[in-house]
Amino acid sequence: MSAVVNFVRRIGAMTVDGVWRVGFAARFLLMVLVYSGQSVRRLHLTIREVYFSGVLSLLIILVSGLFVGLVLGLQGYETLQRYGSSEALGVLVALSLTRELGPVVAGLLFASRAGSAVTAEIGLMKATEQLKAMDMMAVNPLARVVAPRFWGGVISMPLLAAMFSAMGIFGGWLIGVVFIGVDDGAFWSQMQAAVDFRYDILNGVLKSFVFGVAVSLIAVFEGYDCNPTAEGVSRAITRTVVSSALAILALDFVLTSFMFRGQ
Amino acid sequence: MGWRAAKARDGVVAMQQNCDDTRRASAKLRCLPSIDSNPPVTPSSSQAPLVCLRDVRFAYGEREVLRGIDLEVHRGQVVAIMGGSGCGKTTLLRLIGGQIRATGGSVDVAGHDVGALGNDALYALRRRMGMLFQFGALFTDMSVFDNVAFPLREHTALPAAQIHDLVLMKLQAVGLRGAAGLMPSELSGGMARRVALARAVALDPMLVLYDEPFAGLDPISLGIVGQLIRRLNDALGASTVMVTHDVHESLHIVDYVYFVSDGRIVARGTPDEIRASEHPFVHQFVNAEVDGPVPFHYPAPAMSSLLEGNGR
Repeated sequence: MSAVVNFVRRIGAMTVDGVWRVGFAARFLLMVLVYSGQSVRRLHLTIREVYFSGVLSLLIILVSGLFVGLVLGLQGYETLQRYGSSEALGVLVALSLTRELGPVVAGLLFASRAGSAVTAEIGLMKATEQLKAMDMMAVNPLARVVAPRFWGGVISMPLLAAMFSAMGIFGGWLIGVVFIGVDDGAFWSQMQAAVDFRYDILNGVLKSFVFGVAVSLIAVFEGYDCNPTAEGVSRAITRTVVSSALAILALDFVLTSFMFRGQ
Repeated sequence: MGWRAAKARDGVVAMQQNCDDTRRASAKLRCLPSIDSNPPVTPSSSQAPLVCLRDVRFAYGEREVLRGIDLEVHRGQVVAIMGGSGCGKTTLLRLIGGQIRATGGSVDVAGHDVGALGNDALYALRRRMGMLFQFGALFTDMSVFDNVAFPLREHTALPAAQIHDLVLMKLQAVGLRGAAGLMPSELSGGMARRVALARAVALDPMLVLYDEPFAGLDPISLGIVGQLIRRLNDALGASTVMVTHDVHESLHIVDYVYFVSDGRIVARGTPDEIRASEHPFVHQFVNAEVDGPVPFHYPAPAMSSLLEGNGR
């Protein structure tokens, strides 16, 4: 009986802890936004973070985008040629990437590559008392350290997702047109006719922006809130990757259900 | 045009102010006494104390760490707070710096009740303070030069050339001008502590707080850091509060010592009074005795009861 009571207690404690953390994260986001003025006034701080989060993630994003495009091209052709519509390969590849795969896969890669790095950096700054030292120098760590990293991630994410999609479309073209022999003109013209700028591309960009906010918030929050020990930082990094992945997939469902209801 | 002219005029005034500050800082640093000279003891106890703690209490949750601390630091004084590990020394330092707020009593710094200050007022006060953390807390992504320049860049509008000169002067004062281009990972523990010291005094603070400045240093570095603390305090006309375990090095450089045990001040006095003290705690601490008022054993049931199987 006591085992059951303990189990219920644990569930209750975990729920209360979870709700408390969500509330704390919301207040943290508010504080980051309040102290974001410096990220604009001293733009070089934000640009530096765009470099670390965005530019340094380019390689993994571009290579992954290419391979996802290659696989989409192969699988898409395999399916479409059964119905005699292999010329629609460009449409399939472009819509898959701009609406879903670009923002989602780029978001997952971004969380693993840049999100974990941001959490580790802020967590280690906390563990080595650098944040406290900054605070004692009358420099607010939220304004000087957290806000530029948050905005660096928010700016980088849509750009990375766009590059992922572009690279994926190139991969689809490479496999479909160059290697399999789908008609080049049909590939591009059908894509141009079927992909709508506002409905498909802008919605994809909006998705990637939302994912950028979610991943960047989780990354800076976990780093700032971690236990200042080696184990604490390690756990925070794990939580960043896991929470970001779940947040991206859950948000994707919600956004998709609002954005794409059939024209 | 009007506001532009006013803004330009304000800028010129600020620049002149900064130039004056730089000149004053340069003059102070040029006047640093030799490291071999005897440290002057110049407490100006006739003035109101710079730091004044009255019946300060603090608890981490249910655990009461400080139970009615009274402490004063006068202008120009170097004061050490000593005591065993976990006795609340660092908590005292954090209270003075406004990192935490007392649960009872008052903490006054330069006439301000630190616990009652809002964020902006607290930051304004901290601009006049410097703090050296136990392991330096240097920013690992910045060079030695940039670490020392950090508070100057954040809080002044000095031109880059002037900041460059000031930083080199601060580094010269701690003997590390030649290490300006190194990264923190390339420094020894003693060098990192000296760089952090240069950073802590970059804005010529009125009060410098040191958290275990001698921890983990070899005897040479320990002596250098100790002398630097005294020299910089005197050259800047600042006051110093130092939390430390190192009795012998501290008694050479401080003006006054407070001993903390079990959340209370158990002894206080000048270094000579401390050396001559017959207080059991001070005697145990100064002579590094294994047992005394601070017991060797953590509280536990009697060994005999354990051996008889009754101690669970």
